[in-house]
Amino acid sequence: MAGPATRGLLATALPLIGKRIASGALTLLLVSLVVFFIAQLLPGDAAQEMLGQAATADAVTALREKFGLDRPAPERYVRWLLGMLTGDPGYSLVANMAVADVIAARLPNSLLLAALSALVSVPVALTIGILSAMHRDTRLDRGLNVATLSMVALPEFLVATVAVLIFSVQLRWLPSIALIPADASPWLVLRSLAMPILSLSVIVIAQMARMTRAAIIQQLNQPYVEMALLKGIKPARVVLTHVLPNAIGPIVNAMVLSLSYLLGGAIIVETIFNYPGLASLMVNAVTSRDMPLLQACAMIFCTAYLLLALVADTAAILANPRLRNR
Amino acid sequence: MMNAMRSWVKALSVSGRVGLSLVLLWLFLAVFGPFLAPYDPGAFVAHDVFAGFTTAHPLGSDYLGRDVLSRLLSGARYSVGLALAAALVASTTGTALALVTAVSPRWVDEGISRFVDTLISIPSKILSLVLVAVVGSSLPLLLLVASITYFPGAFRIARSLAVNLAQMDYVAVARCRGEGAVHIALREILPNMIHPMLADFGLRFVFIVLLLSGLSFLGLGVQPPDADLGSLVRENISGLGEAAPAILMPAIAIATLTVGVNLLIDSLPGRGRRIAGKE
Repeated sequence: MAGPATRGLLATALPLIGKRIASGALTLLLVSLVVFFIAQLLPGDAAQEMLGQAATADAVTALREKFGLDRPAPERYVRWLLGMLTGDPGYSLVANMAVADVIAARLPNSLLLAALSALVSVPVALTIGILSAMHRDTRLDRGLNVATLSMVALPEFLVATVAVLIFSVQLRWLPSIALIPADASPWLVLRSLAMPILSLSVIVIAQMARMTRAAIIQQLNQPYVEMALLKGIKPARVVLTHVLPNAIGPIVNAMVLSLSYLLGGAIIVETIFNYPGLASLMVNAVTSRDMPLLQACAMIFCTAYLLLALVADTAAILANPRLRNR
Repeated sequence: MMNAMRSWVKALSVSGRVGLSLVLLWLFLAVFGPFLAPYDPGAFVAHDVFAGFTTAHPLGSDYLGRDVLSRLLSGARYSVGLALAAALVASTTGTALALVTAVSPRWVDEGISRFVDTLISIPSKILSLVLVAVVGSSLPLLLLVASITYFPGAFRIARSLAVNLAQMDYVAVARCRGEGAVHIALREILPNMIHPMLADFGLRFVFIVLLLSGLSFLGLGVQPPDADLGSLVRENISGLGEAAPAILMPAIAIATLTVGVNLLIDSLPGRGRRIAGKE
C-alpha cells in the first residue's frame, strides 16, 4: 500500500478503534461494579473474619475504621476502584500481605505459561485449520471435524491427567509438578512447564482450528477464488497467495478470541500441576474466602479477556475495509 | 410419531448417531443407574484400594476401597441432573428475558442487554468462582451459580432470534389485530424460536457439565458426602501415580457425555457449526 492510502486507512480505522477502546473501558467499569457488588453479598466482613468470634466489639470497630469498612458501600467502591487503578488493590487477610505483592509474585508465571502455550498452539491450530479448509468435505476434513469437535468438549482435568499418566507415570520423561526453583536453567524451566503447556495447548488448539477453518472457508466461497481456480492456478497456491492474505483479519480475530480459552483452562491446569500462577492463586482465594485477593484476581482476568477481545476487534477492523465504513 | 423419529435419526450423520446413543445412554444411566449399581456407592467393599479391573469390580476400586462403577453411576446422577436443571433455568431465563426485550420499549431492551453484556464479558469460570466464594456450594446454590453464569449466552442467542422475528409480517398483523404483548411474545414469537433454543439448550448443558465438574474437581463444587463425576476425579487424584481406573473412569465418563452432546448438536439439520467448548 502506498503512503496516502495507508494514511486514509488509519484515518478511518482510528476513530473506530477508539470507539472500541471506549466501549471496552465502559464494560470494564461495569464489570468492576458487578465484581464489587457480588463480594458485598458475603455475610460478615473482613474485620470480623480476621479477628474471629472472640474479638471485642471495640477491636472490630477499630479494625473496620482502619480498613475503611465502616464507610458506605459507594464510597468503598470508589476507593477500591481507585486502589485497583493505582496498583494498590488492598490487603490480603489470609496471606497477610498487600494484594499487589501477592499478585506480583504470581503474575509473571501465568504470563509465561500463557505465552508459551500460545506459541505452541497457534502454528498447530493454523495448520489444522488450513488443511481442513483446503480439503473441505473430504474424509480428512470430516475426521478433523469430529476430532476437534470432541476435543473442545473434553474436561480440562482429563487432558491434564492423561498427560501426566503418559509422560510422567508411563514414560517417566517429565515431572508431574511444575515447581520452578529460582535458579533453574531455561532447559529445566521448559521441562517442568512442558506438561502444563501441552494440556493448555490441547484445550485451545481445537477451538482455534475450528474458527480458522470457518474464516478460510468464508473466503473460499468468494467469487475471486473461483476465478483464480478457473484460470488454472493450483488450489494450494490460491490458498497461500490469494486467500490467506484476505483471511488474515478473520484468522487473527479467531486466534486471539480462542486465546481467551487459556484463561479458563489455566484455572484447572495450574491447580493440577501445582503451578504457582495467578489462576491457582485465585482458586486458593476462593477456598480461603480472601475477598480482596479474589476481587483483584477476577479483575485481572476480566481485563485480560477484554484486552483480547479488543485486539481481536482491532485486527478485524484493520483487515476489513467494509467494517471501517460502518 | 415413530416414523417421524425414525426419519429424524436417519437424517443424522454417523457421528451424530454416535452422539445420540451416548446422550440416550447417559440419560438412562442418570435415571436408572443407582438401581443397576452392584454395590452401595458409600460402602467399603473391595479388599484393595485403587484396584484395577476385576470381575467383582468392573471399574476397579477407589482410594477407600469403594466400588468405582457404583460410585460412577451415582455420580452421573448428580452431574446430569444438576446440569439439566441449571441448563433449563439458564435457557428459560434467557429466552424469557429475550421475549421481554422483543415486545418492550427500547430502554428496557437497552438496560437488559447492557447488563447481560457485562456478565458475558466476565469469563464464565471467573464469574462462577467469585459467586461460589460468596454463596458457597450447596446443591441449590451450585444450580443457581451455573444458571447465572450461563443464562447471558442463552439470552444473546434468543434476543437476536426474537428481534428478527418481531419484524415479521405476521407479528405486525397480530399487533394490528390488537393482540397484547404477552400474546405476541408467547404465541407469535416463541413458537418460532423453539428449535434453535433447544439446540442452544444442549450447548448450555455441555458448558454446565464442564463447569460443575471443574468446580467439583477444584473442591469447590458438589461437597461430600454427595459426589458428582468431578468430585470422583478429585478424591482419587492420589491414585494418579498408579494409573488407577478410579481416577480415569469418571473423567472419561464426563468426556463421553459432553462429546456425545456436541456430536449430536453438530449433526442436527440446519445448524451452523455452533458447538460447545470450554468458555
